[in-house]
Amino acid sequence: MRRIDSPQALEQFRAEILSKRDPRQSLITICGGTGCHASGCHQVVEAFKKVLQDHAKNNGISLRVTGCHGFCERGPLVVVHPQKVLYQRVKPEDASAIVQETVLKGKVIDSLLYEHPTTGEKIVSEEDVPFYKKQMRIIFGNNGSIDPTRIEDYLAVGGYQALPKALFSMKPEQIIAEVKKANLRGRGGGGFPAGVKWEQCRNAPGDIRYVICNADEGDPGAYMDRSLLEGNPHSVLEGMIIGAFAIGSHEGYVYVRNEYPLAVMNVGIAIQQAQELGLLGKNILGSGFDFEVKVSRGGGAFVCGESTALMASIEGQVGEPRAKHIHTVISGLYDRPTNLNNVETWANVPLIINKGADWYSQIGTEGSKGTKIFSLVGKVNNTGLVEVPMGITLREIVYDIGGGIPGGKKFKAVQTGGPSGGCIPESQIDLPVDFDRLTEVGSMMGSGGMIVMDESTCMVDVAKYFMNFLKDESCGKCTSCREGTKRMHEILTEITEGRGTTDHLELLEELGWTTMEASLCALGGTAPNPALSTIRYFREEYQEHILHKKCPAKVCRALLTYRILSDVCTLCGRCAKACPVEAISGKAKTKKEKGLPFKIDETKCIKCGMCFESCKFEAVQVE
Amino acid sequence: MVRFIMDGQPVEAPEGANLLEVALDAGIEIPHLCYNESVKPYGACRLCLVEVVRRGRSRLTAACTHPALEGVEVLTKTDKVLRARRMMIELILAMCPDDQVIQDMAKEMGVQEVRFKKGDKDCILCGLCARVCDEVVGAHAITFYSRGDRREMGAPFVSEAQNCIACGACVVVCPVNVIGMEEKGDERTIVRWKRTLKMKKCKICGNHFAPWFQLEKFKEKAKLPKDFFDTCTTCRS
Repeated sequence: MRRIDSPQALEQFRAEILSKRDPRQSLITICGGTGCHASGCHQVVEAFKKVLQDHAKNNGISLRVTGCHGFCERGPLVVVHPQKVLYQRVKPEDASAIVQETVLKGKVIDSLLYEHPTTGEKIVSEEDVPFYKKQMRIIFGNNGSIDPTRIEDYLAVGGYQALPKALFSMKPEQIIAEVKKANLRGRGGGGFPAGVKWEQCRNAPGDIRYVICNADEGDPGAYMDRSLLEGNPHSVLEGMIIGAFAIGSHEGYVYVRNEYPLAVMNVGIAIQQAQELGLLGKNILGSGFDFEVKVSRGGGAFVCGESTALMASIEGQVGEPRAKHIHTVISGLYDRPTNLNNVETWANVPLIINKGADWYSQIGTEGSKGTKIFSLVGKVNNTGLVEVPMGITLREIVYDIGGGIPGGKKFKAVQTGGPSGGCIPESQIDLPVDFDRLTEVGSMMGSGGMIVMDESTCMVDVAKYFMNFLKDESCGKCTSCREGTKRMHEILTEITEGRGTTDHLELLEELGWTTMEASLCALGGTAPNPALSTIRYFREEYQEHILHKKCPAKVCRALLTYRILSDVCTLCGRCAKACPVEAISGKAKTKKEKGLPFKIDETKCIKCGMCFESCKFEAVQVE
Repeated sequence: MVRFIMDGQPVEAPEGANLLEVALDAGIEIPHLCYNESVKPYGACRLCLVEVVRRGRSRLTAACTHPALEGVEVLTKTDKVLRARRMMIELILAMCPDDQVIQDMAKEMGVQEVRFKKGDKDCILCGLCARVCDEVVGAHAITFYSRGDRREMGAPFVSEAQNCIACGACVVVCPVNVIGMEEKGDERTIVRWKRTLKMKKCKICGNHFAPWFQLEKFKEKAKLPKDFFDTCTTCRS
């Protein structure tokens, strides 16, 4: 690759790339994100390669493995261009038909199209799928059209346009002013204004400064940063280079967890390509500005997403947070001024520089500008990654984009903000989603996890699940977090197992308050949220568990009783066969014998639910 | 010097001082376990919680890791502070119910009973032993391992601490006295770290006075003459 030494040369290179690309030519894009990878896109890619190879006249048909499109529920996803036909749940054996019919003859294959869940209408184009319609994919949108391992693809969609603009026509102070004016707030969860942070770091005394990209995403079920770094690593790098120039830093780190192998690989490739092209390293684009980026791999401790623990980890120390009375922008990595932002925050920067703060701040609400990527998972029809403007309501996300709750069940709550976020009940479903409103209702934005729960979810059990995660992932340094999460989990376990007492709720609240107030870092400071927010909105459900020893959602095993309804039972005997502990007595009816009624011995029953699952006549009742 | 208010009284402290040392110097009692002036503040036990009012905003924080800052107001005995401290000592007591020191502290702070299941630990995980070993002795013999509620203090691979010089600094600094040191004949054992070392005999009085391994390390580090440790401290002076 040649080295580019001026903005003009970069534009010339971009023009060369574009001149070789004809938008009218056939192109098959296959999502290569982690979600589609899990549903077998690799085999689909191989199948397409083979079909195109076998095809004598494959000139003019190109194949591109792209980043995550977001609609992971329906993967593997294949889009045929220029018609932009979206095929979902594509199997390797479909490759031949797609090439023969759609690519060559322009015919749409009905059976592979997305079907509207309520109207049953077949939808041809990606843009018309309801999942995408209400989204605003300004950060995530390019994922579907670029091969993340090719810098040419990023350049072709207008990438690295903000960089020369920042380096040659703006002063560092102007860049900071623009980011401040755009009111870009940290997407990692804190929501701190990025421009203010940059300014403080720039003005901090010292000659060496660092910038860090925090890609240590660890919330269960959340993978926004992962997909962005895997699918469009150059957008993150471009943001970092601009930030480094504004701050006056010449060395940066991408701290990414090693459990994200594709992200580690793709960001590594991106750094190498940017270096070869002269967009990273010495004298970037001939501007005289030097900036290097290194990849630091994390070992998978959740707490290393906390800035001071992350910096300790880069230094080679144990990933433990320290008190932040002196901010990391003054004394961070190696005790030097350090500016840390999350993956998504960095990816917003080129957009702000390109289109301006005025354009950017039109999107969103008073206090939260721009868009936010959420990982929409749980009891919702369309799971996947969604990018929405700030201020959209939870209802729109869950029902319009997410397609509502599967199986005709009732919506119960949505959990936002990762494990230490909170549960928002149905009464708040019209809440506009932004940093401040989520905090007001006792949850938080976090990095963007969004778990939808239906009526079959027990809120005490949910609180217990998250508390279990937090007690395992607490670093254990301070008493309040280590012992607080352990004891809250212990009490929640008691309640779900039928040993809850009326004092437990008060103790949980007291312990929650102390853990929040007394802990050293934000992990402990937010850890009580799952318990406190469920008590706040679902106190009755707790009381059912404690006073009546009942789990209304029928989740907490110890509180369930299984009964066989003799008037419904057909004496088939399946339940007795399914029972692993021989707790069911009775005799099956045969042609010769009348059989004996089936009964469950409660002293033997381990409440596994096998009898319930096995009964075809709904004769097993759970209470 | 920085000037600020502590419990209504104006106080002065050198730049870089922490709130706990300022309070202790001023005769204000604040309970603490993981703080020792010979090592860097760590902020683990959360007993020295105080309220710091800064720019009109009050928040709870550990006094040991908070720097003395010009113009702030520090409150060490508010209801909020005492309530949080009581929960902290209750949590520590629940973890280590048989530690006498903890029992006494809890009683003094008004904690009569423990509302949690009693644990069976003796170590309160304050980390002072390892910090003294790292920062003062320089032996790096022990460390924390695992995380969350499985966190423990110990030697690498939970076996004999092979870097331990059996100097006993950790034994002295442990606030709950659970490390243990025994001397029998010419051997010294640091019980918790499973480390037993032979001791050197003083050429003059004939007493076994310190482990060979320790003396060799000290000699090497301080570049002392070869025969410096042939005699014990008493006979040398």
